[in-house]
Amino acid sequence: MIETVFTPWQSLGGGVLIGLSAVLLMLIVGRVMGATGVLTGIFAPASTADFSWRVALLLGMVTGPAVFWLITGGMPEITVPASMPMLLIGGGIVGVGVTYGSGCTSGHGVCGMARFSPRSIAATLTFMATTAATVFVVRHVIGA
Amino acid sequence: MRFIIIYLVGVIFGTGIVVSGMANPAKVINFFDVAGTWDPSLAFVMGGALITTAIGYRLVFGRSRPLFEGKFMLPTARNLDARLIGGSAVFGIGWGIAGFCPGGALPALGTGRIDVIAFVGAMLIGIFAARHLQSLSRPKAQAA
Repeated sequence: MIETVFTPWQSLGGGVLIGLSAVLLMLIVGRVMGATGVLTGIFAPASTADFSWRVALLLGMVTGPAVFWLITGGMPEITVPASMPMLLIGGGIVGVGVTYGSGCTSGHGVCGMARFSPRSIAATLTFMATTAATVFVVRHVIGA
Repeated sequence: MRFIIIYLVGVIFGTGIVVSGMANPAKVINFFDVAGTWDPSLAFVMGGALITTAIGYRLVFGRSRPLFEGKFMLPTARNLDARLIGGSAVFGIGWGIAGFCPGGALPALGTGRIDVIAFVGAMLIGIFAARHLQSLSRPKAQAA
C-alpha cells in the first residue's frame, strides 16, 4: 500500500477547475463534460463540427500536465499501484462499464449529479460502491 | 476561433484533473481504502466540482441556447434500467483495479507515460467491444 498526502485545498481547487470547464462547455456548445461521451462521440460524429469540438477538447485535456509543469516546475505525481496486466484488465473493464453505464465520474458524477439527474445519481452511487468494494477485496482480501 | 476556445476549456479540465489528484491512481485508490491508507482528498474534488457545476449550470440554463449551437444537448433518458446500473457497477470494478477513470486518464496521457497509454488503449478496446455487442442487440445509446 502507498500512503498519499491529504491535499484538501489543492483538490478543492482542482475540483473547482473541473466544474468551471463543465460550465463553460455547456455555455459554449451546450454539451455535458463527460470524458466517456466526449471520447466515444469521436468514433461516430454527427457532423464535422461535432467531431471538431471533441478533438479540440481532448487536445486541451492532454495539455493539462504541461500547464501543471509551467505553474509548478514539476510533473504531476502519478503513482500506479496496479501491475501492467491488472492495469490492462482494469482498462478493458472500465471501457465496457462506461459504455453500458452511459458515463463515468465526470459525466454522471459531476455533470449529471449537478443537474440532479436520477440516472446519474443512481449510476454514481453504484460505481462508488463497487469501486470501494473492489479496492477492499484487492487490498485486504487478496492482499495485493 | 471556436476550436481555440473549446481547446482552452479542455486545458482547464485537464489542469483541474492533474491538480486535484484524479490522475493519480494511488490517490484515487486511497480515497476508497477507508480500511487502510485512507486519503479523503477526492471528496474535496467532487465537492468543488459539483458545487461549481450546479451553480454554473443554473446560470447557463437561464439562457435560451448555448453561444455556438442552436440548443442544449442534454441526456434525455429517464429510466433506471439494468444496463445503467450494471454498466456502472462494472465500471467501478475496473476503476478499483486500475485506479484510473476515463476523465482521470485522458489528461494524464499528456505525461507520455507508458502505463497511462496502456490503460487508455485497453479502455478503448473495452469501449469498442461493448459498442459492438450493443450494435448486435439494440440501437446504441449516446453516452453522457
